[in-house]
Amino acid sequence: MLARRIIPCLDVKDGRVVKGINFVGLRDAGDPVECAARYSEGGADEICFLDITASHDERRTLFELVERTARAIAVPLTVGGGVRERRDVHDLLHAGADKVSTNSGAVANPSFVAEASRAYGSQAIVVAIDAKRVSAPGEPTRFSVFTHGGRRDTGLDAIEWAKRVVDLGAGEILLTSMDRDGTRDGYDIELTRAVVDAVSVPVIASGGVGNEAHIRDGFLLAGADAALAASIFHDGQHTVAEVKHYLLAAGVRVRPPEESDGPGPEGAAS
Amino acid sequence: MKRVAVLEYGMGNVRSMFNALEKLAAAPTLTADADKLSGFDAIVLPGVGAFGQGMENLRARGLDAAIVDCAKAGMPILGVCLGMQMLLETSTEFGAHEGLGLVPGGVEKLAPASARLPHIGWNTVLEPHPGRWPGTPLRAYAGEEVYFIHSFAAVPANAQHVLAEAEYDGVRFCAAIGRENIVGMQFHPEKSRAGGLSLLGAFLEL
Repeated sequence: MLARRIIPCLDVKDGRVVKGINFVGLRDAGDPVECAARYSEGGADEICFLDITASHDERRTLFELVERTARAIAVPLTVGGGVRERRDVHDLLHAGADKVSTNSGAVANPSFVAEASRAYGSQAIVVAIDAKRVSAPGEPTRFSVFTHGGRRDTGLDAIEWAKRVVDLGAGEILLTSMDRDGTRDGYDIELTRAVVDAVSVPVIASGGVGNEAHIRDGFLLAGADAALAASIFHDGQHTVAEVKHYLLAAGVRVRPPEESDGPGPEGAAS
Repeated sequence: MKRVAVLEYGMGNVRSMFNALEKLAAAPTLTADADKLSGFDAIVLPGVGAFGQGMENLRARGLDAAIVDCAKAGMPILGVCLGMQMLLETSTEFGAHEGLGLVPGGVEKLAPASARLPHIGWNTVLEPHPGRWPGTPLRAYAGEEVYFIHSFAAVPANAQHVLAEAEYDGVRFCAAIGRENIVGMQFHPEKSRAGGLSLLGAFLEL
């Protein structure tokens, strides 16, 4: 039976892991390669690596850092930031990424999603959606898609956009609530549930995790397939293993944390 | 030390396979040189992506014929994910495509009753019948979850070539194939922590 996934996220700026609140006010949270290795050893199911300045500065992700990160971990790696053409996908996969995530690039050129998934398979193409509640109180809830690290409102409806990119070939949706990002108030359950119900691919919930119960709610209330979190891991508030023990006790099927993730596999040594 | 050719043919992440083999103290070489394949001890055909594109890239480099020649000469061949799927004869992904044909059968889209595709994440694999795993790389399997990421799966024509199965949303599918020196794994042993490395290590002992 398939397990739900826990994905620590490394937002990387100028080669360092950073974390902000509502996409601004960034502060340093460590070395990306060290962080990724620690999470991989600690039971993370995947690692997500987002170069958050890439779109803004119109520069491409630091391939060398991706290479070192991929080498340091024993679980899959998703990389995003500045991915806007087929060459970017190729270069990142070649550097060691297993999946690439595109956000601004997909909005600027939706056919890129189709082209990339056709060439590299849907499973390699994640579309990241940064969504923000734009409806006034009393109005029907509406979420708009933002790009360029949350600086630009595209006017696209987040639910409709999610459906569209899946039709184009996206294999997974990485859904971040901008309202919740960095707040530790929990995932936006309404937003996440709406996207989960609208699409036929796995949805990664993101934005707002402050404790273990928030992750449980992302799975059990919102129906997410994977839970992405940053602050609670970076700050040492919880280890991945602690979160998994909590989830197992709460009835969520996750890959159990291993007793020991030592260096040598037994089968290889014999 | 086993000299292992890791085929680099423009289909995704070959680096993680290279890294994993290095951890196992094998001597991996990233290559797309069809003429040199016969000089290796084993071939690993990794790959993510679309079947048609993968075969096109193999053919453009003359690797399709070279792999088949090495396989027929008895060299151990491991296909992973798309690399496993291409070991079969045909696929229906984005139209009909011909594969390497080293294992009879085709590749078809998974049909989960209600769950999502792709099938992404950690899942366990099952022995199709008792006694299937001894003498194969799956003998090293100790029940750990391994990492899957795919929408299509192999459907071998001959049930004897099914080496392992997995279950997703009530549907059982082929998670590994085996035919003498030819092995395929739908999951990614190179991305599946210590348990995955054990399976790769066991392949290297073939």
